[in-house]
Amino acid sequence: MSADTTVIAKQRIDWVPVALVLGVIVIALPFIPSLPTWVTLTVAGLAMGMMIFIMASGLTLVFGLMDVMNFAHGAFISVGAYGAVTVLLAMKPAMQSASMLENLSAMLPAMLAAIVLAGALGWFFERVVIRPVYGDHLKQILVTMGGLIVCEQLIHVVWGAESIAVPRPANFSGALTFGDVAVERYRIFAVLLGLAVFLAMWLVLNRTRVGLLVRAGVENPEMVEALGYRIRRLFVGVFVAGSGLAGLGGVIWAMYQEAVNAQMGMQVMVLIFIVIIIGGLGSVGGCFAGALLVGLLANYTGYVLPKLALGSNILLMVLILLWRPRGLYPVGKA
Amino acid sequence: MADSRNDRAAPSASMLVLEGVHTHIGQYHILQGVDFAVPRGGLTMLLGRNGAGKTTCLRTIMGLWRASRGSIHFNGKDITRLQTPDLARRGVAYVPENMGIFAGLTVRENMLLAARSGPPDEVRLDWIFGLFPAMKKFWNGVAGNLSGGQKQMLAICRAIVEPRALILVDEPSKGLAPAIIANMIEAFRELKRTDTTLLVVEQNFHFARALGDNVAVMDAGRIVHSGRMDALAADEALQTRLLGLSLESHQ
Amino acid sequence: MSAPVSFLGELLSGDRPRSRVLAVLLVAVLIALAAAPFLFPGTRSLNVAAKVAVFIVLVASYDLLLGYTGIVSFAHTMFFGIGGYGVGIAMGKLGAGWGSLALGVAIALVAATVLAFAIGLLSLRVRAIFFTMITLAVASFFQILASQLSWFTGGEDGLNFKLPPMLLPSTRLFEAPLFGVDVTGRILSYYLVFLCALGLFLVLLRVVNSPFGRVLLAIRENEFRAEALGYRTVVYRSVANCVAALGATCAGVLYALWLRYTGPDTTLSFNIMIDILLMVVIGGMGTLYGAVLGATLFVVAQNYLQDLMKLASDGLAGVPLLPALLHPDRWLLWLGILFILCVYYFPNGIVGRLRKTRT
Repeated sequence: MSADTTVIAKQRIDWVPVALVLGVIVIALPFIPSLPTWVTLTVAGLAMGMMIFIMASGLTLVFGLMDVMNFAHGAFISVGAYGAVTVLLAMKPAMQSASMLENLSAMLPAMLAAIVLAGALGWFFERVVIRPVYGDHLKQILVTMGGLIVCEQLIHVVWGAESIAVPRPANFSGALTFGDVAVERYRIFAVLLGLAVFLAMWLVLNRTRVGLLVRAGVENPEMVEALGYRIRRLFVGVFVAGSGLAGLGGVIWAMYQEAVNAQMGMQVMVLIFIVIIIGGLGSVGGCFAGALLVGLLANYTGYVLPKLALGSNILLMVLILLWRPRGLYPVGKA
Repeated sequence: MADSRNDRAAPSASMLVLEGVHTHIGQYHILQGVDFAVPRGGLTMLLGRNGAGKTTCLRTIMGLWRASRGSIHFNGKDITRLQTPDLARRGVAYVPENMGIFAGLTVRENMLLAARSGPPDEVRLDWIFGLFPAMKKFWNGVAGNLSGGQKQMLAICRAIVEPRALILVDEPSKGLAPAIIANMIEAFRELKRTDTTLLVVEQNFHFARALGDNVAVMDAGRIVHSGRMDALAADEALQTRLLGLSLESHQ
Repeated sequence: MSAPVSFLGELLSGDRPRSRVLAVLLVAVLIALAAAPFLFPGTRSLNVAAKVAVFIVLVASYDLLLGYTGIVSFAHTMFFGIGGYGVGIAMGKLGAGWGSLALGVAIALVAATVLAFAIGLLSLRVRAIFFTMITLAVASFFQILASQLSWFTGGEDGLNFKLPPMLLPSTRLFEAPLFGVDVTGRILSYYLVFLCALGLFLVLLRVVNSPFGRVLLAIRENEFRAEALGYRTVVYRSVANCVAALGATCAGVLYALWLRYTGPDTTLSFNIMIDILLMVVIGGMGTLYGAVLGATLFVVAQNYLQDLMKLASDGLAGVPLLPALLHPDRWLLWLGILFILCVYYFPNGIVGRLRKTRT
């Protein structure tokens, strides 16, 4: 079907937040004494942002679609990371090999294990823990907090209470140097993976029928039902996918930190909440922009004003909420 | 439907039959025993004052609220406990009062979602564009940027993108400019020529009189009158008693 | 006969236990706490009793938010910490006098009010869920702040400080032992904590049974209707948030006084936040008596359940998995499960259960 005239712009994109991210990168330049340092910090910030995005995207989508705030999301992150680490530790030789292919033969199964384990846990959670409390935020928060506690404790039971060192594969450690500029390989990998996840999500959401349904469901779930689609199935699908992404983010984060512990999920949850509040609850694009902002700002201020680094994210959140009380990309429920 | 046995009160001429339907929303008892039948074919107007329960009635039929008592039959089948998507799949379309447009999606995407059995064919689309030319013009535009009237058109286009047995429309004329109402009336006249049955909630009596074949009037959660539209239109005393004012006085 | 009864009713602001078992349990807790130094002599049990008294206030003030207002805050430990640090810093820097104590308390109360108000202003306008996430972010920031500003807060180590001489353990108030117990400054400290806690609890009871408290309940039940009736829900929620913050601050003051120490682990830690949640929900949301039972049960369990679990765990050595599940460090696992079950099946906790079965 083709129509001859398009009068209204095809897709309205609010470019202000994009400009904000680029603006932060540019404004940071004069404050940082050397260009190579600035490049290193920018890459580090982007890498951190991408990792947070991978972990946070599922949570914001689940909230947008189902109006469910899942505090146990942090548990999916930890469980995914632990699952993957178990695989990684079992494949030490492949990890230490100089061959990229062998490294990947350990990494990919580990990442897959993280996704599957976290996804399965998500499926269980949706069915057993969250389903009885749809539509009740208070109980959702309480029940998912309880779930988080129980999951953390179970991690202790299964994997022990001590934190576990996580190896990075040979080809993913060390730095690449371009002239004066040194960039950690793992950060490049994190940036590429984050971009890939973002692109994949964008394509699914904008180019497939399921994506169309999800976008419509975020706006008005009731109307999606009235058009004849069972939104419950969509819910479950998105919940499991979001949990899987949390697991994936968990293993990437664990390898970045080179350690896992049971509290890890809850610790990053604070950053994740800041990111999805900044982005606008339910907005994937906002989550992406928010994650990059948080990552970049944390790295720049960490270098320029180390004392302020910890507060920079809170300050960012407060400023953005004063400017746009519903976040960068407010998601309007009809 | 001659084959169904349990439809004593649902004569084959009726497409939709409500019997003693009660609906509670929270602690409020909104529908208090609604009885009425929508004949097959043609357009039935559901009139009544604000708060009479018209919207709740449509939402209960659509399964968006649950009837706490009573039964609803569609084509002779009991649909009282049916889930909304299943009802939609049986050929009932719903245009809510707020139109339920997906504002972030384009007009095309809105229509694609409404067409469950695949992309709509050219003939059907040309027919729809004939009814509402604006839809063709803004086909790739974002629905949120449409004007109020255009959104209402899109909402109705979604309901007719594929042939449906029954279309429930909640206040299609709400907030529209007179010129657009005229366009809307023309479009509904065209719709009535298809074999679709329409149940329309209205407040605009001009609109109701121009289109209604049958009419039911609600008050305080009950049907207080049902009959032919032209009979009601001719009886000013009845209008005043049922609606608090005559149809003419509203002009 | 009726005079003392009505006086009691007045004291409880008309909010009676409404269950015989509950009344007995409450009286038992009251007597146990009031006579703790004489009933359970010994350092450990006196510590448990003081902690119970402090946590009753902390949990009751949290219930004002969770149970009465229907919003979840993760910043309650932050206010608890503000109380503790207010006293700790003032007594540490200005000396162990009553004046510096009063100044510390005053500054802590003002700071807590301002902060609670600012958080409410920023987040309560949008959606209650925003409030929850923002309190989490702010509280974790505060926690980091406290551990970073070590020149001021003592960092991870926290602050030890001295009390006025009258409250020191070496002080003897009477020459002879009373009921076989030496009445030391430590016991006087305990009674200071206990009486303040009792007073604060009665004040909170008054707040929730005032017209203000009833509006909070109306908002919790049906926000739109309360708004339609003309109540500015944002204002009521903000005030409730401030009152709860003040309650937590006072609890923090008492706890710091008792421990003669304040630090991240005793006041600010996220684990304490989770403990508070568990106590409120298990005891019973929306009723301050739930805080009494929840806090008592929890603190006692925290101190004694682990011993029991150790016994069980040791006894089951050799059986797969079970010893790990019953390891003393895993007691939170079981309370977590109890917590989830409570939310589903006993949304009003122990108190709701007791009231339902009253005769």
